[in-house]
Amino acid sequence: MSIRVIKPGLQSTIQDLGRHGYAHYGISASGAADCFSLRIGNLLVGNPEDSSGIEMTLLGGTYKFEDEAFIALCGSIFDATLDGKPIPWQKGFYVRAGQTLSVGPTINNARCYLAIRGGVDVPHYLSGKTTHVMSKMGGLNGRPLEKGDSIVIGDLSTVSQPVTIKELLKYDHAILRITSGIQSDWFSESTWEKFTSIPFTVSDASSRMGIRLTGNSIYSEKGNEILTEGIPLGGIQVPGGGDPIISFVEHQTTGGYPKIANVITADLCKVGQLKPGDEFKFQHVSIEEGERLRLEQESYIQSLRL
Amino acid sequence: MVSLKGDATLENISDYLLSVIDQLKDEAPLQPRWVEIPVRYGGENGPDLERVAHHTGLTPDEVIKRHSQGKYLVYFIGFSIGYPYFGGMDPSIATPRLDSPRIAVPKGAIGIARDQTGIYPLSSPGGWNLIGRTEMDIFNVDDPDSSAIRMGDHVKFIPVDG
Repeated sequence: MSIRVIKPGLQSTIQDLGRHGYAHYGISASGAADCFSLRIGNLLVGNPEDSSGIEMTLLGGTYKFEDEAFIALCGSIFDATLDGKPIPWQKGFYVRAGQTLSVGPTINNARCYLAIRGGVDVPHYLSGKTTHVMSKMGGLNGRPLEKGDSIVIGDLSTVSQPVTIKELLKYDHAILRITSGIQSDWFSESTWEKFTSIPFTVSDASSRMGIRLTGNSIYSEKGNEILTEGIPLGGIQVPGGGDPIISFVEHQTTGGYPKIANVITADLCKVGQLKPGDEFKFQHVSIEEGERLRLEQESYIQSLRL
Repeated sequence: MVSLKGDATLENISDYLLSVIDQLKDEAPLQPRWVEIPVRYGGENGPDLERVAHHTGLTPDEVIKRHSQGKYLVYFIGFSIGYPYFGGMDPSIATPRLDSPRIAVPKGAIGIARDQTGIYPLSSPGGWNLIGRTEMDIFNVDDPDSSAIRMGDHVKFIPVDG
C-alpha cells in the first residue's frame, strides 16, 4: 500500500499534530502549520484527528498511487487533478491503483493537506511523526519529500466512518487576533496603536520556523534584548530592527527578543496559511475572548463527527 | 510550556492546579551530576583559538587553561535541538561571535560567543568561536532523557592531547 512521489512540490512534508513534550531539550513541537485543516482532512477520510498526512506548500507535487486509497484534499485550494480530471475539495474520494494526483500551484493561501485513510506509515519518533525540517527529525528521513520517495499508507485498524462537511468554517485571513505578550508593556500605547492599525506584509524569508513581517516597523521603548527565556508557539518577537517575527511550529524554544503579543490558538491555523506578500492586521482580544474562539473552533470540529 | 487540548481554559487549569497544590509532595530533586567532557583544544579542532587569544590578549595556552579551569552549570537546553547553555565562563576569555557564521560546524565543536560557552550537539550552521572539540556524544536524539548532559548538571572540560 504505497504512493510514489513523482514530483515533490516546493516543500511537502509528512505532518501530524506535533511532537509535544520535548521543548526542554530544544525541540519545538512542529506539526501541521494549519492543524485545523489537517484535522478536518483526517475526519473526511475517517482517520483519528491526529493521523499523519502530507502538507504541501505553495506548489503541491505529483503523486502516483500504486494501490487504491481513499483520500481528501483540504486547507488552501490548489490547482489539482486526478488523471487530468478535476477533483473535489474538502471531500473524501476513492483513487484507483495506477492513478496520478497532480497538485499544482496554490489558488488562494499557502498550504493544502492530503489526508489518506490509514494515515502515513513512518516511524513514531519521540512523541510524533511530524517532520521537523530545521532539526532534520521525524517524517520520512527527517526531510521534505523527494522525487522517487515511497509513502507507505498506514494500517486501517483505527479508521471509522468518514464525515462529510456541509459548511466549512469561514475565516477572515486579513485579521490575526492576539493577546498581550510577556513583554507587552515594553511597548508604549502609541506603539501598540501603530502595531494594530497599520497592516503588515509577510516577507519571503518566512518559513515553518517563523513568519517574518515587514511594512510596519515598531520599536520597544525599553530596549530590544531580554534575558533569554522560553518562546511560545505564536509568540511575536520584536528584534531591534523593528520587523516582528511570529514564532511558528518549528520555532526556536528560547530567545532573547521582547515578545509584544501572542497569536490566539484559534488563529494559528491562519498563520499557517500566510504566504509571502500577504497583508493583514493584528487585532487585540482578551484572553477570555481567545478562549471562547478556540472552544468555538473545537465545537465545530466535534460537530462534524456527529 | 503548556499545551491546551479539548475544553481546557485558563480558569479550569488554574482551578485544577489550586486543587492539587496541597497534595504535592517534595520528591527528591533530580540529582545534579558532575560531567567531565574531554576536549581536544586548538589546531583543526579549534580553528578560532588564535582569534580568541588575539582578541583577549592572552596566549592560546592561557585561553585553554582558563576555559578548562572553569566549573560550569547547565542553565538550560534550548534555542535549537540539544543545545546546552553553560553559565560560569571566565569573562576574561569572552569574545564576540564571528562576523560571518560558518555554514557547517561539526558535531562536538566547543565555542565561545561573548561571555558564553557551548557545545554543538549536532552538526549545524553557527557563528561561535570554535576553540576545541569533543568526541563525547552530549545529546541522544533517540532518547533525550538519557543524554550525557541535562539541565542542572555541572560540567568540567578536561583537555586531552591530539
